[in-house]
Amino acid sequence: MGTRKGAFILTADGKRQDWQVSQPHFGGWEIYHLNGSPAHPDRLYASQSSGWFGQVIQRSDDGGRSWEPVGNDFAYAGPVGDHLWYDGTPRPWEFKRIWHLEPARDDPDTVYAGAEDAALFRSTDGGHHWEELSGLRTHPSAPRWQPGAGGMCLHTIILDPANSERIFVAISAAGAFRSDDGGTTWLPINRGLRSEQIPDQDAEVGHCVHRIAMHPSRPEVLFMQKHWDVMRSDDAGASWREVSGNLPTDFGFPIAVHAHEPETVYVVPIKSDSEHYVADGKLRVYRSRTGGDDWEPLTTGLPQADCYVNVLRDAMAVDTLDPGGIYFGTSGGQVYGSADGGDTWATLVRDLPPVLSVEVQVLP
Amino acid sequence: MIRVVLPAHLKNLARVGSEVRLEVTEPVTQRRVLDALEARYPMLRGTMRDRTTGHRRAFIRFYACEEDLSNESPDAPLPDPVLAGAEPFLVVGAMAGG
Repeated sequence: MGTRKGAFILTADGKRQDWQVSQPHFGGWEIYHLNGSPAHPDRLYASQSSGWFGQVIQRSDDGGRSWEPVGNDFAYAGPVGDHLWYDGTPRPWEFKRIWHLEPARDDPDTVYAGAEDAALFRSTDGGHHWEELSGLRTHPSAPRWQPGAGGMCLHTIILDPANSERIFVAISAAGAFRSDDGGTTWLPINRGLRSEQIPDQDAEVGHCVHRIAMHPSRPEVLFMQKHWDVMRSDDAGASWREVSGNLPTDFGFPIAVHAHEPETVYVVPIKSDSEHYVADGKLRVYRSRTGGDDWEPLTTGLPQADCYVNVLRDAMAVDTLDPGGIYFGTSGGQVYGSADGGDTWATLVRDLPPVLSVEVQVLP
Repeated sequence: MIRVVLPAHLKNLARVGSEVRLEVTEPVTQRRVLDALEARYPMLRGTMRDRTTGHRRAFIRFYACEEDLSNESPDAPLPDPVLAGAEPFLVVGAMAGG
């Protein structure tokens, strides 16, 4: 788990009842994301940053017990160019931090990194050296990308398990993009998104995508939590339709798909885009078992009074055990987990710093 | 021998104690001290100076001999007591909340 003031590692056996919490790693630093390599269960990558000291990438090869700083040279390739600033004027791309790390499925030394200002980087030597896949940032639409309130961050990276050349990314307030050639060229995939905040509803960029999720057995199907609206695509992002259905509010940040049920989707509705906390003081995860439109609140074990927390876009994850587990961390420093697909929840730890990200690994 | 004191977070990152001692060829300037520091501790690259521009990061300050040298030219010679090892070159995290 990444938090505002360090990283924490929670461990439990397969019953997922008794959780051990590590001491903070990198205490005092913002840890935007930690993620493990599917190809090497003991290898973890962590994005460590600070307003004072900038960006550091850390790597562990022993499951998070020890860490070594690796490379932190994130240089934009070629002419830097401009994107739009909040006031509508051009401003040069400026590297700030890494929001998301996505290790390759079959090679522990290959890892992708999503940056603010938005760019996709890749390392093929375990994080020591980073190269920008600059076809994304040099897309003809990129000079019109404009940051959202959280900055112009590339926060979602999905590597298609069925097609090693296909990559999906999402950028806050720019939208979603797909590459079918390993990251060389990119296509905006925002058709069908509707955003009151932009004048041209058919604009190819400018939609504020908060998170995208995919089930590994159906890589053509994507789910999206947008600034407002929960969306679904059945054609790898070529078109989207809204599946917010009976959600009490369709604003939110995270979205996750059950590991074994590709039509089971989870979101955490937030009251509004100006009130970044759950409605009515009740923390409710909403689950759809029909791929959207029909949603049920999950409340057992979650606080149902006086709760005003948020769950950020990278702070929800599912495990691959059976029955499937789901976990999320809050802006209040609580981490909740369910070992039965969301029917019942337990507080795994509380009183941590605000949680930025949660990832889950099932170890062999 | 140049003595350099790092802020706590960078000491942890570089896994060094209270003070780092560096050999720096003359003329001893801020740039050369930082170059030598980063050469010995590569994990510090980018933490004090922007990797692209080489400019001091906004919330980093450089002090020596009770003087704030943060906005001096990086190629200006450092004070004699720093060259003589009598006074340390201090890398300081600015007071900026958080």
